[in-house]
Amino acid sequence: MSVKQISVFMENKPGTLKAMTDVLAQRGVDMRALSLAETKDFGIVRMIVDDLYEATTALKDAGFVHSLTTVLAVAIPDETGGLARVLGVLSDAEVNIEYMYAFLGGKTANQAYMIFRVQDDVAGAADALKAKGIHPLEQEEISAL
Amino acid sequence: MERYYQPEIETAPYEQIKAWQDERLVKQVQNVWDNVPYYRKKMEEKGVTPADIKSTADLHKLPFLSKDDLRKAYPYGLMARPLSDCVRIQSTSGTTGKRVVAFYTQHDIDLWDECCARAIVAAGGTKDDVCQVSYGYGLFTGGPGLNGGSHKVGCLTIPTSSGNTERQIMFIMDLSATILCCTPSYAAYIGETMKEMGLTPDQIPLKAGIFGAEAWSEEMRQDIQNTLGIKAYDIYGLTELSGPGVSFECSEQTGMHINEDHFIAEIIDPKTGEVLPEGATGELVFTSITKEAFPLLRYRTRDICTLTRKPCSCGRTHVKMTKPQGRSDDMLIIRGVNVFPSQIETVLLNNGYPANYQIIVDRVNHTDTLDVQVEMTSEMFTDNLGEIEARQKKLVDALRSMLGLTAKVTLVAPKSIVRSEGKAVRVIDKRKI
Repeated sequence: MSVKQISVFMENKPGTLKAMTDVLAQRGVDMRALSLAETKDFGIVRMIVDDLYEATTALKDAGFVHSLTTVLAVAIPDETGGLARVLGVLSDAEVNIEYMYAFLGGKTANQAYMIFRVQDDVAGAADALKAKGIHPLEQEEISAL
Repeated sequence: MERYYQPEIETAPYEQIKAWQDERLVKQVQNVWDNVPYYRKKMEEKGVTPADIKSTADLHKLPFLSKDDLRKAYPYGLMARPLSDCVRIQSTSGTTGKRVVAFYTQHDIDLWDECCARAIVAAGGTKDDVCQVSYGYGLFTGGPGLNGGSHKVGCLTIPTSSGNTERQIMFIMDLSATILCCTPSYAAYIGETMKEMGLTPDQIPLKAGIFGAEAWSEEMRQDIQNTLGIKAYDIYGLTELSGPGVSFECSEQTGMHINEDHFIAEIIDPKTGEVLPEGATGELVFTSITKEAFPLLRYRTRDICTLTRKPCSCGRTHVKMTKPQGRSDDMLIIRGVNVFPSQIETVLLNNGYPANYQIIVDRVNHTDTLDVQVEMTSEMFTDNLGEIEARQKKLVDALRSMLGLTAKVTLVAPKSIVRSEGKAVRVIDKRKI
């Protein structure tokens, strides 16, 4: 009911992001979602990939410092109020969201996917969603998208 | 016409200077032998006694003192007077975090002030001048030294200390300051700020500046002179010997006259310790022959320069030294502050960082910048930006408390700092001085 996000340290200098995407491409890793958080002099790439093992091995071999974080991935109908409904559930369960980002597509054209990084209790947040009929994706489901 | 603060000393014939040095050296060696067990032991180890030192010709027989000796003897080990005779300390950073503390009797302060007064008069200062001292006051010798010199000359002294540039400019303009004393980089910054405010050189009342405590180039001198509409003079000194005023520039602006009635200068080969002839480039070594509380014999400054006795058009007869052209150790002078790479390494290791680091020093708009680059490691990395930034800030704070200046900390990719086969290249100094 949760997926692993890979976070990668990015030195702030031209070409760093490209070097990382090259490394992943060479191993045939497909990115499902990606977001970049940055400060004045460094950044963190956060991404969801189809093949966690290949991706982390490739990053390690290429010397990229990275870590894994458990996040929630939720399919949201691509319609008005879709995100609001999910946020309402999390809000009622008093789940604090640290950050989130979206991705569209996959094989189901009319759905968007949202990645949530929540504070503390990931399992609790997943249960709250399930109780309201919202299904957090598993790692395998992400790979299959 | 050239003016002097103490003409009979500053223009004395060489023989007279030599006679003062001979007499004072013999006395000082006896004084140190009698009162400084640390140095006496060094002399004994070298098989030298005061009887062997009859004139400056025998100076080379004495053992050297280094910054390392100052650290070992910290805090009182090199004093020649009891604390009750002392009235002040000044301090500067040492090699591994231990500070250098120098002690002064009232007599020492008076002589130091006189040395600074000579520099102010050489820059054209008289009792009718208004002298703004924008060097830091406190443990740093810049402020107290020029402040004392300004008093001796009889200038109206404005003790602004460093910082608060708007206020600096307000005093310069409102009280018609004619002489500015500060580090050259701060002078350049004040100049640029005044220019931005729309002030032209002819509107600025300053006529001279006495700038030291860090290296500066001839181009920088021209820049400062043009922006402020002044003549800019260099001044040299170090806390271990008193502070600024060990040597100073005259109107010729081609080197700094060493106050030889107080300090004997030698140039040595930094590797062998051998004394080099006049005109050779090497490490500057000083013997303080008039200091009471903290007399250092043959103190190695680690500054590389050249001495010349060619007659100077200003009429001063004291030997001239070139601007230091480098160091024979790895000490950096950043914004006037002495910084040793070992201090930075200590802070990094104490804060759990790996020893893979690089120090980048540069000069942007005449101001020194210090960038400490540290490699990110898996242990340090987290998905939380705030945590990483908090860690960075903690390191900046720790560096500030060790060095006394603000460094930038940059996190770089692992293995991005070049590993060298032999000695690691820890410092990249991009300043063109």
